[in-house]
Amino acid sequence: MTYIAKPKFRHPSLPTNALGFTRRDYEGTVSTLCAGCGHDSISAAIIQACFELSLPPHRIAKLSGIGCSSKTPTYFLGASHGFNSVHGRMPSVLTGANLANRELVYLGVSGDGDSASIGLGQFAHAIRRGVNMLYIVENNGVYGLTKGQFSATSDRGSKSKKGVVNTDEPIDLVGMALQLGATFVGRSFSGDKAQLVPLIKAGLLHGGAAFIDCISPCVAFNNHEGSTRSFDYVRAHNEAVNRLDVIPARAEITADYAPGETVDVRQHDGSVIRLKKVAADYDTSDRVGALTYLQRRQEAGEIVTGLLYLDEEPVDLHQSLKTAEKPLNALSDAELCPGAGELAKFNASLR
Amino acid sequence: MKPTDIAAPDYFHKVVDCQWACPAHTPVPEYIRLIAGKRFADAYMVNWKSNVFPGVLGRTCDRPCEPACRRGRVEAEPVAICRLKRVAADNKGDVGGRMPAPAPRNGKRVAVIGAGPASLTVARDLLATGYHVTIFEQDPFAGGMIRTQIPRFRLPESVIDEEVGYILALEPELRLGKRVDSLKAVLDEGFDAVFVGCGAPRGRELDVPGRQEAAANIHIGIEWLASVSFGHTTSVGKRVIVLGGGNTAMDCCRSSRRLGGAEVTVVVRSGFEEMKASPWEKEDAMHEGIPIRNFLVPKEVLHDKGKLTGMRFTKVKPEFDAKGRRNLVPTGEADVDIPCDDVLVAIGQENSFPWIERDIGLEFDKWGMPVVDPKTMRSTNPKVFFGGDAAFGPKNIIWAVAHGHEAAVSIDRMCHGLDPAQRPAPGTSLVSQKMGIHEWSYDNDIAADKRHKVPQRDPEETLKDIRVEVELGYDDMLAYKEAERCLNCDVQTVFSAKLCIECDACVDICPMDCITFTADAPEDELRANLMAPAKNASQDIYVANGLKTGRIMAKDEDVCLHCGLCAERCPTGAWDMRKFLLEMTHAGHACRKG
Ligand SMILES: Cc1cc2nc3c(=O)[nH]c(=O)nc-3n(C[C@H](O)[C@H](O)[C@H](O)COP(=O)(O)OP(=O)(O)OC[C@H]3O[C@@H](n4cnc5c(N)ncnc54)[C@H](O)[C@@H]3O)c2cc1C
Ligand SMILES: Cc1ncc(C[n+]2csc(CCOP(=O)(O)OP(=O)(O)O)c2C)c(N)n1
Ligand code: SF4
Ligand code: SF4
Ligand code: SF4
Ligand SMILES: [Mg+2]
Repeated sequence: MTYIAKPKFRHPSLPTNALGFTRRDYEGTVSTLCAGCGHDSISAAIIQACFELSLPPHRIAKLSGIGCSSKTPTYFLGASHGFNSVHGRMPSVLTGANLANRELVYLGVSGDGDSASIGLGQFAHAIRRGVNMLYIVENNGVYGLTKGQFSATSDRGSKSKKGVVNTDEPIDLVGMALQLGATFVGRSFSGDKAQLVPLIKAGLLHGGAAFIDCISPCVAFNNHEGSTRSFDYVRAHNEAVNRLDVIPARAEITADYAPGETVDVRQHDGSVIRLKKVAADYDTSDRVGALTYLQRRQEAGEIVTGLLYLDEEPVDLHQSLKTAEKPLNALSDAELCPGAGELAKFNASLR
Repeated sequence: MKPTDIAAPDYFHKVVDCQWACPAHTPVPEYIRLIAGKRFADAYMVNWKSNVFPGVLGRTCDRPCEPACRRGRVEAEPVAICRLKRVAADNKGDVGGRMPAPAPRNGKRVAVIGAGPASLTVARDLLATGYHVTIFEQDPFAGGMIRTQIPRFRLPESVIDEEVGYILALEPELRLGKRVDSLKAVLDEGFDAVFVGCGAPRGRELDVPGRQEAAANIHIGIEWLASVSFGHTTSVGKRVIVLGGGNTAMDCCRSSRRLGGAEVTVVVRSGFEEMKASPWEKEDAMHEGIPIRNFLVPKEVLHDKGKLTGMRFTKVKPEFDAKGRRNLVPTGEADVDIPCDDVLVAIGQENSFPWIERDIGLEFDKWGMPVVDPKTMRSTNPKVFFGGDAAFGPKNIIWAVAHGHEAAVSIDRMCHGLDPAQRPAPGTSLVSQKMGIHEWSYDNDIAADKRHKVPQRDPEETLKDIRVEVELGYDDMLAYKEAERCLNCDVQTVFSAKLCIECDACVDICPMDCITFTADAPEDELRANLMAPAKNASQDIYVANGLKTGRIMAKDEDVCLHCGLCAERCPTGAWDMRKFLLEMTHAGHACRKG
């Protein structure tokens, strides 16, 4: 098998961002996933989002577990920090890294197996602690890397490639994230970059635990008749509640929509998420309403996508723990080790 | 937008920029791959079939293919197509056995007037299919301006002998050394067709005071070059002025440097950029220490009782009138005098047909040019065809060859009772290059190399002897590296909508943002809204419909690298890389269909 590197040549009119980088500067090495894998499209969406936000690549940390999905960080953001943890353990490694250095942008990339099977506990605790991160699950309903066994998110009744019917109840990660207090929750589809890219941008800018469940067809093991994660099935059942634009801080905000059609949500960094409503009565600020809506629509066989929940005032783990402002690697020796006197005082306070 | 009909021969032909731009439509990438594979003889024969003089053209071609080369749009400089052709010619070994043998005669007789590249092409195409061809040439040998004008330091005589020889080996009847003085007389000999390939043999005159008085040291460029070629002229004065900015001027000045001209100056009316000479010709001249002085208009020849002493020039500058036309107007500064011992006048070339009667049904236009159909090359006398410089004024060798092929097709069809106006379709094929998963029969890894320079001999050596060739040509390694720069534009991206699952894999991997899946729209709108705006209107958008979502696939052909990554990343084989081979139909059986 000969894999050639993606040629360095680029379109002569490829735009640059505020940092002078082109989109190509946010790429990684060439993907070794199966041709046509949905995960590669998500990588492309992440590249596009980071480029559009003009994020300095060296200020991003990408972390993952094990699986085809967890391999993808190699294929984007080649100049960023990366950590490939053991299966299902990305959330704790990410939590640790975040506690040590809150100044980086944290991007957790995981699979449905990695997060809903072996890593379910890890997923739950990172979310409920409010770690400031964007956590993306590339959800294909199978363990792609180990040749297509049903994962814990597989729908009951869906058929494997060999025709076996799944009899277990699926875990709905979106529902769990809502219940566990995620302050940003979205769902999208690898085949719809127009929806996915702004969602990733908004998630990266969000100041708390942001979670995106991204349906991502596995072309090798879960793209057949009877699958509920195939391109055709997802396209046929996808119901977006809204479309969004992310308007960076300081950019002029122009209103070209009739009032009522859009809702502007200002983020902490000054950027604005502009929601174009598709489902007229859907309210992204109502956690319980969202849960109910999602379950009703799911009952009707729909896959609800879009920005599903957003808390405009997220509280993250650092705020809760009142940690030091500076990252550990920026604290001086004196700050880190204030001396025997301080220790004695501290011990006394606990007596 | 209308879905693209990829079966129309022009569609993929246009994507092969170089082949499309080549007047003879040489399958360039096909021979470049053969060179990379060291199959020099095969590469030579691909060329020989299309352009008849690969060794000559590999050194002298005006190379319209190179400005068209895709590499110029995606990197900086085009592939050195022309000099790769030379590599094939230099390394091919003996190809005598591959050349056609004289064909059994079909009873038809054709006259060709002049033995330049146009006539020789007609002769080759018709001889190989059984015609009796008679070549009329005033000089004692065949070759035309290739032999009489192009200096030996650019084109060794042995190369001309060899390639003209392949045609003479097909046994035309030769009437050399005698000028044709009457076309009527030739027609009266009862030829079935006559091809006029007499070139544009007259050099334009200089009309300024002193010209006549100092005539002994003022020479018309093309006459002087011919005289140098024949060995009649072997020296020139120490100080030489060459007037003109075209390729004749460049050959005159470089020849002068080799015949004793120590201070040779090229003087041009226009600016440097507008000069007719190719950039590489100007570069070569300057490299040999020849200054080019621009915006100087000849005013007067200075002489001392008929003995040339120099020339006086008026300084001018360009000015644009309301219509945007450029005029050269005097700057008002003092005139410029340049002393010299000889002046070479290379300010243009003209056609002249004093030997063609005006009462033989052959119309001329108000500029004295024959009325010729550019498709069939036929004049208003149905038996007489024109080509090369004689048809539409001075051009170059490759155009002469292209005209020759077309005229031969016309003559062949006419002689078989068919209408020459109906042109034969080119032969095309489209074949998948897939060899396995991520494996193709061509090297799809894109080389990042910049264009490689052709090594030259030391000027110390080349300026001493006008017969020493300046360029050494690429060696094997350089040739390979340069060949690898070719993007294989003939290996086409072919899309089948019914296989596509719209997974976006091709869109994501494409390094050049060529591919977009989008809602259908009129072309203007579509061009503006693709992954990258398609601003180059001369390049087509490949549109396919029939996708499940109702969208279309739109691919901008402009900067596609033909890297095949779209096809490698496609899970269903909806993209395939297929080699499009187009060969022009020449005189013979194939051109008589329909
Ligand atoms: C100095 C110079 C340099 C050039 N360099 C290049 C170059 O590097 N690359 C390039 O592509 N082109 C070059 N050209 C142009 C090129 O030589 C011509 O375009 C090309 O040779 C035209 O071919 P042809 O067959 O039409 O005519 P020609 O080559 O001109 O041949 C015409 C032949 O007809 C003969 N003839 C004319 N009248 C009669 C008659 N009445 N009876 C019998 N015989 C007759 C002539 O003797 C001549 O042999 C150059 C031209 C000049 C002047
Ligand atoms: C501790 C441990 N248990 C099991 C495995 C085997 N294993 C590798 S990947 C994988 C499932 C990955 O599924 P998912 O996260 O959905 O990723 P996908 O390949 O589908 O993208 C499993 C079970 C492992 N690598 N480590
Ligand atoms: S096995 Fe499935 S998930 Fe893994 S790379 Fe292939 S298509 Fe993607
Ligand atoms: S890259 Fe190769 S095939 Fe393409 S235009 Fe240039 S020479 Fe021709
Ligand atoms: S061959 Fe395919 S991937 Fe490569 S540049 Fe062309 S369209 Fe893009
Ligand atoms: Mg999975």
